[in-house]
Amino acid sequence: MSPPLLGVEEEGQSNASLVASSGSMDCLSQSGSGLKERNYLGLSDCSSVDSSTITSLSKENKNNLNLKATELRLGLPGSQSPERDPDLALLKSGKLDEKLLFPLLPSKDGICASSQKTVVSGNKRGFSDTMNGFPEMKSSGYTEGNWIFHASGSESESPQSVGQGKFPSNSTINVMLSSRSSGAQPAAVNKEVPPKASQERPRATNGSSHNQITTNNNSSAPAAKAQVVGWPPIRSFRKNTLATTSKNNDELDGKLGPGALFIKVSMDGAPYLRKVDLRTYSTYQELSSALEKMFSCFTIGQCGSHGTPGREMLSESKLRDLLHGSEYVLTYEDKDGDWMLVGDVPWELFINSCKRLKIMKSSDAIGLGMCGFD
Amino acid sequence: MNYFPDEVLEHVFDFLTSHRDRNAVSLVCKSWFKVEKWSRHRVFVGNCYAISPERLIARFPRVRALTLKGKPHFADFNLVPHDWGGFVYPWIEAMAKSNIGLEELRLKRMVVSNEGLELLARSFVNFKSLVLISCEGFTTDGLAAVAANCRFLRELDLQENEVEDRKGQWLSCFPDSCTSLVSLNFACLKGEVNLTALERLVARCPNLKSLRLNRAVPLDALQRILMLAPQLEDLGTGSYVHDPDTETYNKLISTFQKCRSIRSMSGFLEVSPLCLPAIYPICSNLTSLNLSYAPGIHGDELIKLIHHCRKLQRLWILDCIGDKGLGVVASTCKELQELRVFPSDPFGVGNAAVTEKGLVAISFGCPKLHSLLYFCQQVTNAALITVAKNCPNFTRFRLCILDATKADPVTMQPLDEGFGAIVQSCKDLRRLSLSGLLTDRVFLYIGMYAEQLEMLSIAFAGDSDKGMLYVLNGCKKLRKLEIRDSPFGNEALLTDVGKYETMRSLWMSSCEVTLGGCKVLAEKMPRINVEIINEYDQMEFGFDDRQKVDKMFLYRTLVGPRKDAPHFVWTL
Repeated sequence: MSPPLLGVEEEGQSNASLVASSGSMDCLSQSGSGLKERNYLGLSDCSSVDSSTITSLSKENKNNLNLKATELRLGLPGSQSPERDPDLALLKSGKLDEKLLFPLLPSKDGICASSQKTVVSGNKRGFSDTMNGFPEMKSSGYTEGNWIFHASGSESESPQSVGQGKFPSNSTINVMLSSRSSGAQPAAVNKEVPPKASQERPRATNGSSHNQITTNNNSSAPAAKAQVVGWPPIRSFRKNTLATTSKNNDELDGKLGPGALFIKVSMDGAPYLRKVDLRTYSTYQELSSALEKMFSCFTIGQCGSHGTPGREMLSESKLRDLLHGSEYVLTYEDKDGDWMLVGDVPWELFINSCKRLKIMKSSDAIGLGMCGFD
Repeated sequence: MNYFPDEVLEHVFDFLTSHRDRNAVSLVCKSWFKVEKWSRHRVFVGNCYAISPERLIARFPRVRALTLKGKPHFADFNLVPHDWGGFVYPWIEAMAKSNIGLEELRLKRMVVSNEGLELLARSFVNFKSLVLISCEGFTTDGLAAVAANCRFLRELDLQENEVEDRKGQWLSCFPDSCTSLVSLNFACLKGEVNLTALERLVARCPNLKSLRLNRAVPLDALQRILMLAPQLEDLGTGSYVHDPDTETYNKLISTFQKCRSIRSMSGFLEVSPLCLPAIYPICSNLTSLNLSYAPGIHGDELIKLIHHCRKLQRLWILDCIGDKGLGVVASTCKELQELRVFPSDPFGVGNAAVTEKGLVAISFGCPKLHSLLYFCQQVTNAALITVAKNCPNFTRFRLCILDATKADPVTMQPLDEGFGAIVQSCKDLRRLSLSGLLTDRVFLYIGMYAEQLEMLSIAFAGDSDKGMLYVLNGCKKLRKLEIRDSPFGNEALLTDVGKYETMRSLWMSSCEVTLGGCKVLAEKMPRINVEIINEYDQMEFGFDDRQKVDKMFLYRTLVGPRKDAPHFVWTL
């Protein structure tokens, strides 16, 4: 029996963890002496796996496994779907497991090739998940498991002790399996686990981390963290509450919500509108510059700025001309539905009452501020 | 030998409030045992499976206030399956049957059912105080039963429970005759409440000192409630969202100015930062502030708020305050004793997080600090050594580096020396949680220096069995040890099995302990329950002693294996 058994959260874990495990596998095959191999997960063949074989296999399987893992995992609550069983079934055999793991580590080969760390396969779960999650360099060979990290630095640091090197690899392997287990058990009970796993989590703990993971995964590698069950150690109640609160804040679009304050910006003659987050600015000047950059493509022949530094001053003054001079006027609709000229009230009051922005042609703006606008 | 009549002894014992003192007293001689037994009203049971309700009642027949704790601590972090146990119903049932005059019940991490609450409400006429912390299994219907039937209810305190909200009228179930409420906390409820009923309840309870509202109570209702209860000392706001340009907000400002007694504030789950200035007048009197559920208050606004809180002794906050904000805390809150900094984005990529710099600033500015829970991106040994030097009074030190095995980012060394400095300097340290890159060395230090340590939490740390052995051998007062994902195995587990009878419990998950090792332990120690928690592989359970155990929880007990263990828990 090889129960990964972390009651694993399903989102996002597989990628990083798989990668992590494969990384450790690589290292295992590379490093020689000092290895203390533990056949916890039945991966008895790991030391005999040839890295080159792995690489080639990885290329074969890369797309399949990668995509599958990505599809199934990210952002889908309750994503422990039976579809994953075939993957997991493959994991039962030791040798095959490792090879499957490798595909997710395109860069790992290079990293592990230079690894001097001893690696022990064992039963540390989730550990490299945490490592994976954080875009920091780790010492002592922890980065073996981190596909996210640009881990080259770690290799040059000698481990504090042999034991240091040991630990992470253990976890990487197990992490892979534990992440798998969220969908089903690699060991035996594949079919039955998904329902059980879902029962184990009556609360929507995973929901919040889902949101996090999905957003994170849109950015660079560090964002695609694997989630270790129970780490960081925050009470589920707190996690759930904060997740709900953030969601609520996001929904308070344009209202007095504490989160982002996105409002529409329209420009006369532009084919489509834009949205800006007023909270990212603290002065009218910043807002002007941002709007200028956004709408420069629409001011035909007017604003020649392409965002290059040299031109900025020129375009800012042009914008000022545009906005406050001859061509255009920046106006906003306030809570009462009136169209007001931007710039009269203090910034804080402005973002409080502004519901949408409009860049009007000066010719249309005659009479603005004097009476209401339809 | 007994020179005093029992009544005198009993009177003397009344002055002993600590459980340990009373336990010690009852060991002196038979008559003292008897007197103490019949005069003990407050009983604390740290593990509900260490003793049975019947035996408790037999031992302390006059119990009036009972504290029970159920699930292991790591259940907070989803490491314990949902149905593991910790049911309170048998306790309520037994006490009801024996006509115990229960007045106070305080539960932590237990499963509470509506039936239990109903039985409680019906059975104990003088019931006064119900405190539920991190419990689950009940709905607002159960609360309605308590509200309706406990005529002398003084305290209903729900902290961070998972309560199914039936959107009912449980608040309306407090009868008009109920005027005794002193403390009402329903902040964890998610559903709507009857605002009229709430206001009328507040109006007729002149002794109400603590009121924590949930998200469904809007700001205008808060204003009206505060008008009715200017004597409040502890306030948890509901939804603190409003347009500051309104009459309501202005009324709130003047109302807050009348609430001169508020010493503790919390809430702000939803907040309009522009409305925060209304509480500035209160801030100067605050000794306790919990903004850990207020992600809507950004760093700058937090700092503005903190500037007003010069008397703060306890501060719970989110890490969006940043190191800079913690610097402001350090220079403003000189009386600070307890600080908790929670991550606003636990899985985020280092946004607005705090580092060791904030902690160091706090240590320089707040010498009275003795309790810390700190989630951060990174920590250096140098910082920890500085903190240890500045704050030798720590009794609780919990440091959680979000990246569980991160080394010192400056020296790339493990954090052994830093934590070593903490345990060496803080001689009264009772609770410690470790994180970061750690070798066996840190455990050597802990074993050597942490003489008062009672609870230790270990995750992703250590190299070998020696680590755990250092702790087991060195920490004489250790009561709770919880370990996850660390390379400790059978040798560490079995070297000193007698130790576990001196402790409340030991949790080991994802370690190197095997089933065989656990079996040996269980056989040697009949008064220890060794539970193996195996959610997934029940079929393959228990046939190979060499297999590693995923989750093991052992605890001392006087009543043998529990009878309510679910199928995935195997008591060896």
